[in-house]
Amino acid sequence: MVATSHKDATVSGHKDVPGAAPVAHSLADTFEPSGRQAGENRLSPSMEAFAEQARRLPTDEVIINMGPSHPAMHGTVRVVLRIDGETIKDADVQIGYLHRGFEKESENATYNQIFPYVDRLNYVSPMLNNVGYAMAVEKLLGITERIPERAEYIRVIAGELARVCDHLTCIVASLAELGGFTAFFYGIRAREHFWELLEDISGARMTHSYCRIGGVAWDLTEDFIPKCREKITKVRKLIDDTRTLVERNRIFLDRMEGVGTLSGEDAVSYGITGPVLRASGVDYDVRKDKPYSVYDHFDFAIPIADGGDNLARYLVRIEEMEQSMQIIEQAMVQIPPGAVIINDPAIALPAKREVYNSIEGMIAHFKHVMDGLRVPPGEAYSFTEAGNGELGFYIVSDGTGRPFKCRCRPPSFYTTAALRQLIVGANLADVVPIFGGINMIGGECDR
Amino acid sequence: MAESVLTALTERFGDAILETGTYVGDEIAIVAREQLVAVLTFLRDDPDMAFAMLTDLTVVDYLEQTPRFEVVYQLYSLSKKHRVRLKVHVDEAPEQCWVPTATGLWHAANWAEREAWDLYGVRFEGHPDMRRILMYDEFVGHPLRKDYPQNARQPLLRRPDATPTDDQTTRLLEDSHDRRTSG
Repeated sequence: MVATSHKDATVSGHKDVPGAAPVAHSLADTFEPSGRQAGENRLSPSMEAFAEQARRLPTDEVIINMGPSHPAMHGTVRVVLRIDGETIKDADVQIGYLHRGFEKESENATYNQIFPYVDRLNYVSPMLNNVGYAMAVEKLLGITERIPERAEYIRVIAGELARVCDHLTCIVASLAELGGFTAFFYGIRAREHFWELLEDISGARMTHSYCRIGGVAWDLTEDFIPKCREKITKVRKLIDDTRTLVERNRIFLDRMEGVGTLSGEDAVSYGITGPVLRASGVDYDVRKDKPYSVYDHFDFAIPIADGGDNLARYLVRIEEMEQSMQIIEQAMVQIPPGAVIINDPAIALPAKREVYNSIEGMIAHFKHVMDGLRVPPGEAYSFTEAGNGELGFYIVSDGTGRPFKCRCRPPSFYTTAALRQLIVGANLADVVPIFGGINMIGGECDR
Repeated sequence: MAESVLTALTERFGDAILETGTYVGDEIAIVAREQLVAVLTFLRDDPDMAFAMLTDLTVVDYLEQTPRFEVVYQLYSLSKKHRVRLKVHVDEAPEQCWVPTATGLWHAANWAEREAWDLYGVRFEGHPDMRRILMYDEFVGHPLRKDYPQNARQPLLRRPDATPTDDQTTRLLEDSHDRRTSG
């Protein structure tokens, strides 16, 4: 009646006997952390004496420098650390090595001349900066409602391509620093696919300067949409490959899980936005909270993770890339035909045909280039969701063709401010994945 | 929705709110410096305001106007989803060129105020760590002031009084908080 198998009997027998010798469940249990096998003493008496002596050696805290040009600090940032053994006791994060005077230069440039400067803020996703800046000036001009719909769709497509590139760079650069160099090549190849598309649109591989106030510079190429579909398929495959490589990897998980934990309250208080905030469990994305452009036309989700650690930040970015590609796919179906820049001679440059063939066109062109477009006096703060979070532009105009003040609210600056809290108490080696996870972009942080 | 923020501020603080207004959809309030911390604390802690995030802090230099500087706070409430912009007028005279710090209210104020001090020379009284952040320590002046020439160049020279091993950071870390308390 009690016809149990031999195996069952053994197992239950073990459980039932009190005080039975415990069986090691894994190989790890048979090892001590010191590396010696349980019960075995490998040290000779003289070595034992030496080890005892070493334990009594005086220890002291050491101050060391990481950066400004350390291979693992992607931006040029200097972190001065006070360490006790491997543990970080205190840190001082110093930025400013890439300060180029963005605001000072902007105050002496016409509104359209600032586009190349904003390209160089976040040089990994310049398209998103272009869009953010153009929208700030448009808000001040009061022409937000008059931007042609096709231009808005092109901005969304280009911007989301840039977001995928930004996240890819962040993720695979961190993976390379953790030793996963193959993943780096997979990711960079994927990014290259999208950079090719952006090059098709704008003519430049990295610093595009493609947006204009009132729209975009020119239309998409004829074969853009089929080409984009094909590239998205390839990029999806490459992202999947990258994930397969690392996500079950012990080294990867050990260095990402539970490292660099940041609570939601702290993240909000630090002014952190974007993937780092969402990885701390706070649901805030400008595209959903205050839908700008045509983002309310698409069906997409905002990924949230509640770990607040490196792994959460990685997972949020991975999912955001997929959501971005879904937005692009929807936009390519919905995109309407039409003009790509506002039809207003006071704002948009005249067509080259008119410039070369009519005196009015020539004069309009000259006035635009020399004086810049006139923005009525006032001030506006406009914000968009860039790769790293809320990218704001606060523009004060005095009615001339050049901004009185053009302030960029850089998401990286506020994220980097929290770096000290993230690394104090961690191990020295953890600085690298933590710093990689917050994705500090030097050009944007230092402006 | 954010209109209610301006109304609540005017009702509660009265004379301390010098002016309120709306421009291209942005809500703006000008606050007297004496009441700034009280206003910021109210905006952060009141359940109807709940401005949990200091989005940005910057300064605008209106050269040849009095008062010359305007310190600008951009606040955002994650739960109520409203925004407000506060401004404080600051005079040019060195002893008057200050505002109280907001570091006790938001972590974000720490670096943002350091940047404002660095680039505009507006002091934040009570800031725990008032150092330059974007420019180097030896830099003279405040580069974003309108009277600082755009094409000025300053070679990086060590201060003549600095000893060869003088490093501000090393000093900072050596007497940092946890070392002092742990003895």
